Amino acid sequence: MQDKVLEITGLRKNRGAACVLDDVSLSVTAGERVALLGHNGAGKSTLIKAVLGLMPFEQGEVLVAGHKPGSAAARSATAFLPEAVSFHPALTGREQLHLFSQLAGVKADIEGLLDRVGLADALDRRIGTYSKGMRQRLGLAQVLLGKPQLALLDEPTSGLDPISRQDLYEIIDELAAAGCAVLIASHALTEVEARTDRIAILRKGKLVANDTLVGLSAQAGLRTRVRLKAGQSAADLAALTGGRQVNGASVEIEIEPPQKMQTLQRIAALGDAVVDVDITPPDLEELYRHYAREGLQ
Amino acid sequence: MTRFLAITKAELRILRRNRWLFMATLIMVLFALALTFAGSAPTGSVGVDMLTITVTSMTTLSVYLAPLLALMISFDAIAGEAERGSLGLLLTYPTGRAEILLGKFVAHLCALIIAMTIGFGSAGAVAVFSGGAGPESLVALARLIVTSVVLGAVFVLLGYMVSALTRSATAAAGMGAGLWLVFVVLYDLGLLGAVVLDGGGWFTQTLFPWIMVANPADAFRLVNIASSEGMALSSGMVGAVSVLPSWAAPVSLVLWLLLGFGFARTAFGRVEP
Repeated sequence: MQDKVLEITGLRKNRGAACVLDDVSLSVTAGERVALLGHNGAGKSTLIKAVLGLMPFEQGEVLVAGHKPGSAAARSATAFLPEAVSFHPALTGREQLHLFSQLAGVKADIEGLLDRVGLADALDRRIGTYSKGMRQRLGLAQVLLGKPQLALLDEPTSGLDPISRQDLYEIIDELAAAGCAVLIASHALTEVEARTDRIAILRKGKLVANDTLVGLSAQAGLRTRVRLKAGQSAADLAALTGGRQVNGASVEIEIEPPQKMQTLQRIAALGDAVVDVDITPPDLEELYRHYAREGLQ
Repeated sequence: MTRFLAITKAELRILRRNRWLFMATLIMVLFALALTFAGSAPTGSVGVDMLTITVTSMTTLSVYLAPLLALMISFDAIAGEAERGSLGLLLTYPTGRAEILLGKFVAHLCALIIAMTIGFGSAGAVAVFSGGAGPESLVALARLIVTSVVLGAVFVLLGYMVSALTRSATAAAGMGAGLWLVFVVLYDLGLLGAVVLDGGGWFTQTLFPWIMVANPADAFRLVNIASSEGMALSSGMVGAVSVLPSWAAPVSLVLWLLLGFGFARTAFGRVEP
């Protein structure tokens, strides 16, 4: 049994008459990266607030490293990156991070951290002069303060350019490698680029999926496309494999995920009839739409 | 244990950078000096020294100015953080809400101490330099500075309460202005009306001084006036002073400090970022 850093069981939260979180159970183990997906208003931020102890809830139990959310022990174990974070414009990046390190009660290499997130040139400039992406990076730097057991990142990619996004995922990987449980909330699967170990999808307060990308694809029954380049005749190859001829040289087969290896073995057995193979798993966007909209259809 | 001091340090830095400290001190100095020079004329006729007259005028001024400066400094404390989106983050740190309030309070208190000491102190310096100050009036000046800071501190705490109760800094500023109006202006007007209606009866004789001292702004006025015969004479407030025991006004101020922190902490405790 693995060490569960975050454990949510049967969490329920009502806001007025509406139920914003309905019997949600989710856990994240040490070193695991979990993406929490859902449309705006699906309950992602509410879930995060409940875990942070910023919001009371009606039913269920949340444990952060074995402690009640909002308790001093839980807060010390948790790092949080709010969505579109902002700081006091009159302080510099270094001063702000120094303040956070003192509040967290940790001795930290402030310059090293700011360098790690790409703010080495701006550490003595006032935050008021920072761009949105730079403020986001500063927010990320405070996540790295101390050694969090649990990191909650709310829309961490918002406002970041593609290169910064790459840096962000490297930092997330480092956190996870150091044994931190990472929960990343996002509104689109393409945003998290599948660089997570598991994907949980919230729809109208209900957890509708919680599995690996492969597992989700299998459950959704979305097909993997295998494109074969024919050695001699594409028409013959199409007849042989039961696929569809797409042009003079290629044949496309759609297969269910569990049959993938079996199909590949069959193709390998064909010998010279096949020159090349391309495998396209289901599109991430397609997969996300399948789960996030299932109930609406 | 000293985590609140980290907040204090950052807040003081912010006050210095956004020029609040400079502006507040400048306002206090300008008003104190204006009152010193404008008020130096009637000294001979009342028979007290120049600084006594100035302290009396500055007491009247401080009743309005100390709460105003205090509310200006504090209305943004929680609502501003909430608007920026940094409050949620701040509250996820191991620092408790009371510690956050304490950290900000100590910083704002320091700012008030600096502004009041330099402001009123400059009036004292002018009086000493021109030979218009005696030991008694210097004590009165020191008392004015200390009580002004305490009165300001009460309104800093009430400002936090207002800041926690509203969702935006703009709304907090509006509510703060309302608070100032009620405590500093309307309360006294209401009491005055009641006294006039009562026509010197039981209410005026017994109840009125107690209701008056329950207001921190009036308690501040009473502390400064009751303790100096010269000031009581020159301000014409001898009547109310004689009814109340001498501890009433200082106790009222201290109680308001405790109440203010309680209100602010309760209001802040209900904030869900």
